[in-house]
Amino acid sequence: MDAFIALANGLTVALQPINLLFALIGVLLGTAVGVLPGIGPALTVALLLPITFRLDPGGSLIMFAGIYYGGMYGGSTTSILINTPGESASMVTALEGNKMAKAGRGGPALATSAIGSFVAGTIATIGLAFLAPYLVDIAIQFGPEDYFALMCVAFVTVSATFGDSPVRGLTSLFIGLVLGLVGIDLLTGQARLTFGVPELLDGVEVTTLAVGLFAIGEALYVSSRRHLHEEKLEPVRGSLWMTKADWKRSWKPWLRGAAFGFPIGALPAGGAEIPTFLSYSTEKKLTKHPEEFGHGAIEGVAGPESANNAAAAGTLVPLLTLGLPTSATAAMLLAGFQQYGLNPGPLLFAERPELVWGLIASLFIANAMLLVLNLPLVGLWVRLLAIPQPWLYAGILVFATMGTIAANPSPVEIVMLSVFGVLGFLMRRFDYPIAPVVVGLILGPIAESQLRRALSISLGDPMVLLESPISATLLTIALIALILPFVLKGMGRFKAVED
Amino acid sequence: MDRSSTHRRPDAAGLLIALILFVITGLIWWDMTTLQISSVYGPGPKAMPIVVASGLLLLAIANAIIAFRGGLPERESLDWKPILLILGGLAALVALIAHGGGFILGTTILFAATAAAFGRRAFLTDLVIGFVLAILIFVVFAKLLALSLPMGPIENLF
Repeated sequence: MDAFIALANGLTVALQPINLLFALIGVLLGTAVGVLPGIGPALTVALLLPITFRLDPGGSLIMFAGIYYGGMYGGSTTSILINTPGESASMVTALEGNKMAKAGRGGPALATSAIGSFVAGTIATIGLAFLAPYLVDIAIQFGPEDYFALMCVAFVTVSATFGDSPVRGLTSLFIGLVLGLVGIDLLTGQARLTFGVPELLDGVEVTTLAVGLFAIGEALYVSSRRHLHEEKLEPVRGSLWMTKADWKRSWKPWLRGAAFGFPIGALPAGGAEIPTFLSYSTEKKLTKHPEEFGHGAIEGVAGPESANNAAAAGTLVPLLTLGLPTSATAAMLLAGFQQYGLNPGPLLFAERPELVWGLIASLFIANAMLLVLNLPLVGLWVRLLAIPQPWLYAGILVFATMGTIAANPSPVEIVMLSVFGVLGFLMRRFDYPIAPVVVGLILGPIAESQLRRALSISLGDPMVLLESPISATLLTIALIALILPFVLKGMGRFKAVED
Repeated sequence: MDRSSTHRRPDAAGLLIALILFVITGLIWWDMTTLQISSVYGPGPKAMPIVVASGLLLLAIANAIIAFRGGLPERESLDWKPILLILGGLAALVALIAHGGGFILGTTILFAATAAAFGRRAFLTDLVIGFVLAILIFVVFAKLLALSLPMGPIENLF
């Protein structure tokens, strides 16, 4: 098995003391920032990206992996204790988890989500290690037209297929594509959509967009609605440990959650929400305690939280093997690679195996560290939640602007950050999804260059897109995924009329 | 959209969003026509703007239809004061950096303005806290991690 040898080599990289230290710093930072209410894993990575700018790529990617996983663990703590999920994938966890915390069972809820995250994360990381070499073998045969078609699939599934409203999702995606147009066209050297502003020639920074949308947008949104309701922190009362009955009720949902999360996360469809919803409804059906659902059933925390973590690890499959980010967090990780001039994909596996496999191996280590950090130390993390909200958000804004200006020292960058903040606020208010904007900004320019490469190889003949069987299949899938939600909606309307 | 949505009133904010999308479409189109050089083979630099502008035009129309039918999600009441405070803090930061006021002063004001937006009344205390935080960040990130932060009168003391 090639994967075994590669993984063993990766472990020797990841187990070097300096890399262990990076992983530890990563999980500590990730958990600490992820625990803060309103900060999901994507923003955690975006905020911490500029800090890692000056470090060497190997170590800092390992630190990133720690931040990524740590942000997931920290996010579930917040969902359970104050019912403010930092991202849509922890919404389901908050559903039952917060009820458990209110009923004085916050400890077991945190424990089952931490252990479940560990179990599912480990299973999914094993899946990643064994699936990746196969996908790399397939991906290496991809021509530019196939890559273009693959990105079309990602565009459609991320924005239209799984959201509430395909029109709003696609609108978000196109805003991202518009932002992706800004800057110098690499093939002809002409400036597009820069309006004579020299700072725009390099294009829109992914971190500026993400920090603006997530941090500033969230701060504006939360502050404007503060008069409506107040958040309440549930203290962790009683035992932290799970009883025998809790274990018995948790282990199957953990495994089922992993089984839902990893494959769906690994598909270039994105979104950890679907597996969490699937897991929740499955556990609700299979449970022996249906009366507890809605009032704090432990299965409803164990399953979705495992599904969430497994899906997060799953999104690393298309990210590492194809360079395809399918969630906002994966997009931020891609930005992390790009800041070192590295492009994830089959070539990176061939050229820098120690980097990729070191990263994959360090995911296991980060996961194990997080279990140790979270179970006994959860009380410490909970204290972070006691920071008064005004100082918390003031601090978030200070770090957000600092990171942006450190990456690109110009007042124009802060103006852009503020504009994206207002955009994020408006999108939250009018219920437009945010992840497609980030994905559009990152993938738009890549899709354009792949298409132009494909068409210049074919001397301008667009039929090349349909002549390659891979590309033709992928484009068909993209088309179906685009039309399907509209068709289903039409059927739903018929049904409503019949009622 | 359920059946009742067709009876709702047109949504002014939604129509405004659609209008903005139309304007952006026009901007992309206008910008595209200013491009001079094109590629020898295949689509040139104009192709992608044309695709994006066309898609956005369709979406602007779709958004307008939804807004006209009142199909936007319900919105809760909104408090404008905190939004203006935060944006004011950001504007102060931009102005100070642009005119050589430096990172520390700008950050101090941003911190206090944001805290005020979230209901704090002790503005002077928050200014002091923000000032101390800004100095700490400057020392750690600009001195120890060698990130370049905008310089000003206070930064030059270090």
